[in-house]
Amino acid sequence: MSDFDHAFWSIFVSGVTLVSIVACLLLLWVTSRKKVPARPDNTTGHVWDGDLTEMNNPLPMWWVWLFIGTVVFSLLYLVAYPGLGSYSGELKWSSESEYRGEMAKAERELAPLYSQFTSRKPEELAGDANAMAIGERLFMNNCAQCHGSDARGSKSFPNLTDHDWLYGGSTEKIAETLHKGRTGVMPPMAAAVGSADDVKNVAHYVLSLSGSPHDSLRAQLGRSKYAACAACHGATGKGNEALGAPNLTDDVWLHGWGEQAIVNIINQGKTNEMPGQHGKLTDAQIHVLTGYVWGLSNKAPAKP
Amino acid sequence: MKVIPIQPVPAGEGEFQSLYESHRKIYPREATGRFARWRWVFVWLTQAVFYGLPWLQWGERQAVLFDLAARRFYLFGYVLYPQDFIYLTGLLIVSALSLFLFTAVAGRLWCGFSCPQTVYTEMFLWIERKVEGSRSLRQKLDQGPFTLEKLVKKTCKHVLWLALALWTGFTFVGYFTPIGDLALEFLQARMSSWEVFWALFYGVATYGNAGFLREQVCKYMCPYARFQSAMFDRDTLIVSYDASRGEPRGTRGRRDDLTAKNLGSCIDCSLCVQVCPTGIDIRKGLQYECISCAACVDVCDSVMDKMRYPRGLIRFTTENALRDRITGSALLRRVLRPRVLVYALILLLLSMTLAISLAVRTPLKVDVVRDRAALARIVSGGRIENVYRLQVMNATEELQHYRIRVDGLPGLVVAAGEETVVGPAESRWVPVRLQLPDGSAPGGSHPIHFRVGTDSGEAEVREKSVFIVPR
Repeated sequence: MSDFDHAFWSIFVSGVTLVSIVACLLLLWVTSRKKVPARPDNTTGHVWDGDLTEMNNPLPMWWVWLFIGTVVFSLLYLVAYPGLGSYSGELKWSSESEYRGEMAKAERELAPLYSQFTSRKPEELAGDANAMAIGERLFMNNCAQCHGSDARGSKSFPNLTDHDWLYGGSTEKIAETLHKGRTGVMPPMAAAVGSADDVKNVAHYVLSLSGSPHDSLRAQLGRSKYAACAACHGATGKGNEALGAPNLTDDVWLHGWGEQAIVNIINQGKTNEMPGQHGKLTDAQIHVLTGYVWGLSNKAPAKP
Repeated sequence: MKVIPIQPVPAGEGEFQSLYESHRKIYPREATGRFARWRWVFVWLTQAVFYGLPWLQWGERQAVLFDLAARRFYLFGYVLYPQDFIYLTGLLIVSALSLFLFTAVAGRLWCGFSCPQTVYTEMFLWIERKVEGSRSLRQKLDQGPFTLEKLVKKTCKHVLWLALALWTGFTFVGYFTPIGDLALEFLQARMSSWEVFWALFYGVATYGNAGFLREQVCKYMCPYARFQSAMFDRDTLIVSYDASRGEPRGTRGRRDDLTAKNLGSCIDCSLCVQVCPTGIDIRKGLQYECISCAACVDVCDSVMDKMRYPRGLIRFTTENALRDRITGSALLRRVLRPRVLVYALILLLLSMTLAISLAVRTPLKVDVVRDRAALARIVSGGRIENVYRLQVMNATEELQHYRIRVDGLPGLVVAAGEETVVGPAESRWVPVRLQLPDGSAPGGSHPIHFRVGTDSGEAEVREKSVFIVPR
């Protein structure tokens, strides 16, 4: 945000610009009227070091015309484009509108390339080498920064090659995730669970759900306290795809494995966000990406 | 500190002039001779290359094509990537050294014989002479009133000039868009806006520079003009008027005795001034405007022939040679002096290096980019995994199968991305996973090397990277 938002600055900038242009014209006018003595030997008459003289050749007149040309150009430019303070120019140019124009042009040019894909189902695209090559490049440029070049993710960024889906693994759900993004919110549950010891017990209960090594005694004690979690994670801990609540009974530990990691999440909660790509990628691109992501964990149906 | 005495200009003396002056058009008189013939050889050579090269085919494509949109530069059999700009650098260094070499030997040869400004000015002047006639006819036409004849001639000249200029602009764009396609686009009126812009820009620039600006480019705009003169020394061959032979100048009969009349060889015909394209008088000595075109040499030689005097009153010679009166093989020895030999040697070495490196170039490039979001993972089986993406650039025009191997850490294997297929002139990001059994290496960053190559082993590239074991 600019600090120079007082109206004075616009007037100041416009004033300086116009005065400079007038000053250039003045300079031209004054120098073109000036006459200098012309010597027969075409030098300035000054002699240095015995025999060093300086020639006094006049400058070509077309340089003056070029200079006047630049002044005329600058005046036309300042009428058409923003330059005089906050005046936006007759053509109403802005870098944002230029960006929008370029994006629209790019979409128009890409549309024929994608048109062969938009009418087909994403599952079918997963078997099309061309579509998948494009999908791979789209993935590398847009998704791999978080989900990894191999799509296997990292801590807090889901692995897209397995069959564990937070919000659903159908092509419709994947497309929805890509368009709108996802915000998974787990509130801090320590207060609802109880004391610090209770939280530890619940952590061991959760570990027991997946068959991971745990303290059986603590797991027993934590079972009753787990009721606070069941609202989102389900009574059996299978998760809830509508909420994005993870399945606690599988072997996927997106936010870290072990007692301490689970205790931390219960105490602090977790907000995990995936940015929506609608508006950044075209619908056709998202369609191809849906096929690509689905194809990472599924085989495309055999061609009829 | 020494004070430099300055003699002030006496006030009120002599004429007064403006700081600016209008351009006075120069009408160079026609000159024929050895050097004029050499200039036309270079005009034909350079323009045959410039206008002809885009039309050559190499297999399915144009032989010389700079595909800017796809960032591939095709030079006959070579597919060059932007990463290959080092060869362009090499070419520019070789060109600069060549310039130093022949400027040290014989002055502004580039300017007078092969510079595009000279070449195009020659072509435009040829058209001008064909349409408007010889020097005196051109001068009379310009000074005379605006008659029908003048209108017809001027129109004819400018139409021919514009045609040549636009063909030049069109050819220029043909290095970037295949020229056959470009011709079709032109005929079907569907050239892209950038193609039209550049063809017109280059065409109008040719028309303006060769039709109107001419010597003013050399005098005011060109940086080569200024620094080439700085490369001369007293043994550089330059266009020189032999004043000791020519002065005192004056008219005389052909059979007159020169010593009796106290005359030098110069008959003061001023033809050397009339043929000069930059409008100087070479008899005043070498001036910075002189582009070394040797038109004055040609015309003076022809006058000397008519007078039955020996040629060479104006000739290519050196300052030292004029002062010490050296000629023949002694002069040649001075020309081939240490400075010249050193330039020649360096030039030879660099040209050979450039040629050899291009000849043995591996048509495969690889860049390794480590994933940064996840530096390392622990995966099932107790293995540590790092993820990379390799940009594999195929610089051949066939489909290639490459295999990716790694070395540098015992036990390190390529878990995914061992084989990849890259299309002709294509570059592809390939995700690669490397795995190392946990405990094989201490925590930290370990240097490793990727080896990417064809199965036959003819093209192989080694690129370094690191494998990170979490502490």
